[in-house]
Amino acid sequence: MKRLVNLLLPVCGIGLAVLVWWAASRAVPDLPSPARTWEESKIYILEPMAKRGEMDQGIARLAYFSLLRVARGFLLGIAIATPLGFLLGVSPLLSRMFDPLMQIMRPISPLAWLPLGLVLFQKSEPAALFAIAVCSMWPTLINTMVGVRAIPQDYWNVAKVLRLSKFTTFTRIIVPATLPYMFTGYRLSLGIAWLVIVASEMLTGTPGVGGFLWQEYNSLVYAHILLAIMTIGIVGFALDRLMGIAEAKLRAA
Amino acid sequence: MPFIEVTGVAKSFPAKGGSRHVLENVSLTVERGEFVAIVGAMGSGKSTFLSLLAGLTTPDAGSIRIDGEPLTSIRHDAAFVFQNYSLLPWMTALDNVRLAVGAAFPDLSREQQRDRAQKTLERVGLGNAVGRRPRQLSGGMRQRVAIARALATDPQVMFLDEPLGALDALTRESLQGELARLCGEGDGRVTTVMITNSVDEAILLADRIVPILPGPPATLGTPIDVPLPRPRSAAVLAHDDEAARVRTHVISTLTTALTGRSRTRRAAASMQKHGADVSELSIPVAGEVP
Repeated sequence: MKRLVNLLLPVCGIGLAVLVWWAASRAVPDLPSPARTWEESKIYILEPMAKRGEMDQGIARLAYFSLLRVARGFLLGIAIATPLGFLLGVSPLLSRMFDPLMQIMRPISPLAWLPLGLVLFQKSEPAALFAIAVCSMWPTLINTMVGVRAIPQDYWNVAKVLRLSKFTTFTRIIVPATLPYMFTGYRLSLGIAWLVIVASEMLTGTPGVGGFLWQEYNSLVYAHILLAIMTIGIVGFALDRLMGIAEAKLRAA
Repeated sequence: MPFIEVTGVAKSFPAKGGSRHVLENVSLTVERGEFVAIVGAMGSGKSTFLSLLAGLTTPDAGSIRIDGEPLTSIRHDAAFVFQNYSLLPWMTALDNVRLAVGAAFPDLSREQQRDRAQKTLERVGLGNAVGRRPRQLSGGMRQRVAIARALATDPQVMFLDEPLGALDALTRESLQGELARLCGEGDGRVTTVMITNSVDEAILLADRIVPILPGPPATLGTPIDVPLPRPRSAAVLAHDDEAARVRTHVISTLTTALTGRSRTRRAAASMQKHGADVSELSIPVAGEVP
């Protein structure tokens, strides 16, 4: 009974949202109704891997391109942020040195980084990766740093009295003790990377969910905007869930 | 020449409005192979003293020599057992011990390191639990792992910081016996300095008991010999006249130190500083002394 309610409540919530959407579509003539959206988008969903043109592709294919780009930008971001986080966590001097800079760079929008990336790399693909990496690295950097600082004095004492080498202290104590924090950082970073992808694809016009969204807006096919928005939401949710599962596994281990 | 020689050591920590003198003019000698127990109330500076001996912190004044050398940092041949076990939760019992073995004997092969860790765990009665993580072990078992971790490095000197303090009374008693066995066995006993707030534990384990007289700053009282034959057992000691004499001596030294300087004021101050720990101050109640 309780499980049924737990299942039904979200369905009711979504149903309510669709109702609001439908009502809004009656009021705003340009906004396609749910039924029209389905009618105009179903080819993208029913043939998810089809390729008809540069942007005219199945929705799963577009999402795949976006995910690939996100994966590369995200990996680049955490590859930079994780070691930096350890460094700043271990050294109070370095963290005092870079803390203000970090606070200033963290709130910069991806839309602001992208032109700089284009100037730096001349091409849209590396510029997009640059924007994703720069925007998504902060949660990982900060969480890793906090994680290192949160290591209980007990563990440092163990390293001291056992006279562990710096390397052993790092691999056997600092990394395992920080791992849960790091993973929380990765999860948040991935969320941001997925936010950035849409913006960067819109600006650079590369194939992917974001690029598709912008092109369909320009060609006045509003139903496809809604399709793209929903795809972005669902994929983002799935990503967060996957990272959440990985995180929970890690904590249980 | 004594193995450990502490002369005129003082230590203070920065505190609000100046500094807090924790230890003042502390001197102590420990012979090779001797087991010395430092007994005192909580918050009396025992742990600070042990950190100094272990080389975890450095004294403000005075000198510490171990085996003839001035103590500059943590010694290779020293082992430490913490009150709160300090095991690494992401490692099995075996790996916790192996970490210490690997650091102490880097020249041994992985196989030999493993063997050594396994054997030490068997020695403390944990042969069947080597694959478990600390979370899956009881408090007593965890402390056994911590003791094994200390023993596995074949130390010349061991520092035990209230090793059984976090355990329930029954577990504590059984581990006391175990510790008495481990410290008494083997050729050439390990020189050991243990901190405890239990007088009976000190009598069971130690060759000499050093009362720590609460300050601040705290000082060490005159050491009291424990001339009891080994092996000792708690059951026998409970009815032993000699043990009773030592117990009375230690307790009266500690109480005199307390009453000597306006007991109520000190107890009140201590209560503010240490909360519930004030009960420790009243361990040496006259009524309990036979």
